[in-house]
Amino acid sequence: MSMPNRPDSLILRVTGHFLLPLLIMFSLFLLLRGHNEPGGGFIGGLVAAAAIALHLFFTSVQSARRLIWVDPRDLIGWGLCIAIASGLFGMFGGLPFLSALWVELSVPIFGMLKVGTPLLFDIGVYLVVIGTVLNILLALAEAEDA
Amino acid sequence: MLYALLGGFGVAALAPWLHQLFGRHSGWALALWPATLLVYFCGFLAGVNDGPVLIQHNWIPSLGIQLSFMVDGLSLLFAMLISGIGIFIVAFAGRYLEGHRDLGRFYTILLAFMASMLGLVLSDNLIALFVFWELTSITSYLLIGFNHEDAAARRSALQGLFVTVGGGLALMTGLIMLAMVGGSYELSSLLNQGDVIREHALYAPMLWLILLGAFTKSAQFPFHFWLPNAMAAPTPVSAYLHSATMVKAGVYLLARLNPALGGTELWLTVLGSVGAITLFIGIWLALRSTGIKKVLAYSTVMALGTLTMLIGLGTPLAVTAAMAFLLAHSLYKGALFMVAGIIDHETGSKDLRDTGGLFRAMPITAVVAGMAALSLAGVIPMFGFVAKELLFDAALKNAASWILALVIAGTIMTVAVGALVGFLPWYGALVKTKKQPHEAAPALLAGPVVLALLGLGFGIAAPWVDRMLLGAAATAVAGVPVDYPVSLWHGFNTPLLLSIISLIAGLLLYRWRHHFRHHTRFTETLARTGPERGYDLIMAALVRISAAQTRFFQSGYLRYYLLIVLLTFMALVWTVLLLHWPALSVGIHLQGIQLHEYVLVFVLMVAAVAAARTDSRLGAVASLGAVGFTVALLYVMFSAPDLGITQVLVETLTVILLVLVLFRLPKFLRLTSATLRLRDVFVASAVGITMTCLLLFAADARLYQSISHWHVAQSVPSGYGRNIVNVILVDFRALDTLGEIFVLALAATGVLAMIRLRAEDKRK
Repeated sequence: MSMPNRPDSLILRVTGHFLLPLLIMFSLFLLLRGHNEPGGGFIGGLVAAAAIALHLFFTSVQSARRLIWVDPRDLIGWGLCIAIASGLFGMFGGLPFLSALWVELSVPIFGMLKVGTPLLFDIGVYLVVIGTVLNILLALAEAEDA
Repeated sequence: MLYALLGGFGVAALAPWLHQLFGRHSGWALALWPATLLVYFCGFLAGVNDGPVLIQHNWIPSLGIQLSFMVDGLSLLFAMLISGIGIFIVAFAGRYLEGHRDLGRFYTILLAFMASMLGLVLSDNLIALFVFWELTSITSYLLIGFNHEDAAARRSALQGLFVTVGGGLALMTGLIMLAMVGGSYELSSLLNQGDVIREHALYAPMLWLILLGAFTKSAQFPFHFWLPNAMAAPTPVSAYLHSATMVKAGVYLLARLNPALGGTELWLTVLGSVGAITLFIGIWLALRSTGIKKVLAYSTVMALGTLTMLIGLGTPLAVTAAMAFLLAHSLYKGALFMVAGIIDHETGSKDLRDTGGLFRAMPITAVVAGMAALSLAGVIPMFGFVAKELLFDAALKNAASWILALVIAGTIMTVAVGALVGFLPWYGALVKTKKQPHEAAPALLAGPVVLALLGLGFGIAAPWVDRMLLGAAATAVAGVPVDYPVSLWHGFNTPLLLSIISLIAGLLLYRWRHHFRHHTRFTETLARTGPERGYDLIMAALVRISAAQTRFFQSGYLRYYLLIVLLTFMALVWTVLLLHWPALSVGIHLQGIQLHEYVLVFVLMVAAVAAARTDSRLGAVASLGAVGFTVALLYVMFSAPDLGITQVLVETLTVILLVLVLFRLPKFLRLTSATLRLRDVFVASAVGITMTCLLLFAADARLYQSISHWHVAQSVPSGYGRNIVNVILVDFRALDTLGEIFVLALAATGVLAMIRLRAEDKRK
């Protein structure tokens, strides 16, 4: 398939292939550093979605769907579940829903890492954002093929 | 206690699997749960005469909402009835609906209903009580409409839901007013505030609202019509919801709130008259019906009217009578409904005219039905007799004479109804039925047998029942210690005389029932123009109004949607602004603005004008993009990098989306007239001015201390993060974010549905 009126650009294809993994890594980087520096689940999710949109532009809907290998609708569902689950941890300790819990882990190479439920929550946001954007994008692109 | 309630919902959720696990014995297996509960509640019996037991759990502490439970005589009586009758209902359903493909689902709803009902009667907190109240409405809706392929069942389910939930809305308002007036959401403390509440100016509106909730739920006139229609449900449901539990919820609420609200002239008048009218109409319609379940349903309406009337009287004698009547009714009505189910199951008939002489085929059922019917008719030595004696006594001593007359007339007709269900199907000539009748299975018989025997046993041991539970229940209703002697034999007195008269008159009425039906045909016309007709009219009007307003607002043109949204927005903003006009001030501070900031704003304005003026779609997209990116730049300059990044990304993705859509749009055409465009210019400018004014006022108004300092100070120590925006998003205000991602998910689903629908339309 190809979109109507879409030029087959060699430059777009070549740079796209290189940019895709970089953009995905960048989105993860934004997600993880979000708590201390500009970034976070929302921004990270948008970057990842933009990366896949780029892929969509120089390949096909099918290829983009294969690339994410889950239905974007499932991403939304899982994102919501993870976000809710992150809020439940505190409840087991008798705290209100969505109370943040933190643990310090010592990880080789990285040193001391603070890991907490807000990160989990942010991952949920990340997935929901990717799912939402891709859902709409892919549906539109598919509708165009039809 | 919490586990006893929430466990019910857990078992309900697991019911389909348990059903598969136990196969055809699932009814008995699941009946173990209410049996466990009954044993648990029996544990409270010993202390019930020492006053209420309070159990508290925090639920939403910041709103003062607690999951608190109160066990006193009243709630314990209800809890034991709900779980006790529940045992047999579940077992009965397992056999009655055996092989039905949705039996697992049925168990789930039934058990969830049971748990909601228990929550309702045990809650001490008004909000929790209301939540459980609505849960019973919803679960009963699902139960009534269980045969969802049947249009009549769907209609009845919807009718029950609308009537009870409509009343529920009024109830919620009333309960909130009650809590405001009484200064607490806890029943246990409200019940001691009776004098304060009754003196308050809000007493009358509050009472009307609460009564509306209770009357709709308990099918009081003029809302009685939904209850008999709800007989579209499978028989176990009718037996459970519409005799012993659901419809008693309204009565429970009235009884529960009697110490806080009762005792006034208004209470006495409204409850007394509504109850008495309901009583009479209910039993009248019962006698005119021929469907077995219809007869029983209308006689339930009678019982509910009687209870309302007795609670309205509110004297120690009357509340004792109410509690005795409630217990008696639950026992015999549960039994009779299950008997009706057995007749239906074993013979295939649902009408009294199609049955007769069944005694030979099913002697045990016949005897049991006879015992329950004797209790219904109030014949010694059944517990129904005790209840009826108390009813007469209370009506003689405390009620107005017209109410007494209605009570006596009602009792006479009740005797006739008792004969109708306890005698007619069983004796006389055998009527040929669809199926060859035979005795019912143990699972079906267990409930009626036990309940009928209890009706007999409680009658003989009436003083013991009173000592164990009934006295405590009456005390809880009255709010003061009640010690009215309850026993089977009160000696020769006026109530006994009335009993004998009504028994004889009732049997005569039964003998001449055909004449009665024939000569009361005129009420058919009344019924057709009655409250149910009102319900139909209201529903039809609702549909018409919805259709009209949908046509008006949902025109399908984007520009009209925008127009409506913007005009509403302006109207709301200006109303508020004008209301607070004197307090508003505008301070425009132009100093300190850098040159490049002026330039950016200028670019922004030019781009916006260009977007509005351009004739090409691509140009419009590009101009809007310019607006977006300039705003992003502004964010960055005012040190909000997160917002800036988000804005840039959203702009990028918007462009991608627009590009995907752009190809599909028709050519850019001018379809509107110059006048319309002038109107749009006017509206757009007005919105712009409104927004500007709002911002100017908002920038200068500071109603509360800014909380940004707190966020800045707390971000690292309690949020463990230096990015304040992110800490707010995922920690401090995570609940808001959670709501937002849900909205996002919903939006995605909506867009997906729209695109798919369009694609399908095109394919056709």
